[in-house]
Amino acid sequence: MAEEVKLFRTWSSGYALRIVWALKLKGIEYETIFEDLTNKSPSLLQYNPIHGKVPVLVHDGKPVCESLVILEYVDETWKHNPLLPQDPYEKSMARFWANFGDDKLMKSIWQLFIAREKDQDVAAVEALENLKLVEEQLKGKKFFHGETIGYLDLAFGWFADFVSILEEIMSLKLVDGERFPHLSSWIQHFMDAPVIRDCWPPRDKMIIKYQVMREKYLAAATPK
Amino acid sequence: MDGEVILLDAYASMFGMRLRIALAEKGVKYEYREENLPKKSPFLFQMNPIHKKVPVLIHNGKPICESLIALQYIDEVWHDKNPLLPSDPYKRAQARLWADFVDQKVHTLGRKTWSAKGEEQEAAKKEFIEALKVLEGELGEKPYFGGEEFGYVDVALIPFYSWFHAYETCGNFKIGTECPKFVAWAKRSMQRESVSKSLADPEKVYDFVLILKKHFGVE
Repeated sequence: MAEEVKLFRTWSSGYALRIVWALKLKGIEYETIFEDLTNKSPSLLQYNPIHGKVPVLVHDGKPVCESLVILEYVDETWKHNPLLPQDPYEKSMARFWANFGDDKLMKSIWQLFIAREKDQDVAAVEALENLKLVEEQLKGKKFFHGETIGYLDLAFGWFADFVSILEEIMSLKLVDGERFPHLSSWIQHFMDAPVIRDCWPPRDKMIIKYQVMREKYLAAATPK
Repeated sequence: MDGEVILLDAYASMFGMRLRIALAEKGVKYEYREENLPKKSPFLFQMNPIHKKVPVLIHNGKPICESLIALQYIDEVWHDKNPLLPSDPYKRAQARLWADFVDQKVHTLGRKTWSAKGEEQEAAKKEFIEALKVLEGELGEKPYFGGEEFGYVDVALIPFYSWFHAYETCGNFKIGTECPKFVAWAKRSMQRESVSKSLADPEKVYDFVLILKKHFGVE
């Protein structure tokens, strides 16, 4: 019996891209439903009643939410081309760094992105410290798990794209090749990888979206 | 063989309790090392340089940080005895989501019942009870969140029960009257030796909270 796989997502979400890439790496066919988060579909609210967030993967009518949980679900359901390492310790490290990426790294990058000019130096300190930790993880490796793309690369994928968007909007260089040779190299390899590169959302739309968002935050932060 | 297992922990840590329960469920022999929070040892900084928190599970010299990650590690390494996560991928995903809910809601809101004041505290108490009610809904008529068997979500959640006395005393509210089903599940779970031996004494947890309140300047 043919499996039915649906992915509810938005056009720009880096979280959703994790799943798009994972399904592509596994060669799984699926239907995409694009959501407008200001006007959520009844289906989405039915499948994710607690948070109403995307992405949601629906496999034969059963919904799975939260992108990192979905990644593990995809990996455990379709066992070929494994994304996570088999060794329990290596697996734990992968989960740890994925959490770090979402909790610490993302927050610090975002704080830098929305910081007022006078606060940028301070915001940059934490962002750079976190980047150094990720840089360490990539030493001696093309991708996070070695020669091939895996779970952690997908988990950090949002970063590969967002860094260049931030750098263009803010006119600064955050991940320069001298300070972060391994991270720069990873970004290049990842962005250009065949499975990955065709999935990026349109760059001009992303620039506009984030520029508008940044302006809103800066306007809200400015004392009247 | 189990290898060398060390648990770097703090008596009142609900996250540490998760690992104590799991190791007991699996019958793993380990060395328990107590951190004297809020002061932290150089060893802790060495084992968990990024977050500097307990618990840290150290297996054959290799540290695993973050309780839910360490919990899954324990379940995977000692998979033969008392499996905590189900084998079906969909059920595993649900278990992971609910454990995440416990961290996002029960922990965060529970903390506010003693660390916040005034309106913020009142709002936290209300949302905390709502979160427990959502969990009661998920439990349904099952004896455990894991179904017939005590499982991953049960282990993730039960340690918070030892903090209820502290939440109730600091927040001036009664959890049992609002969430009797939850308390029934908690008492059922406490009948397991792995749980009763691993959970901190609620009075000692309360004493610890008073130390924390002083440390963070919460009156």
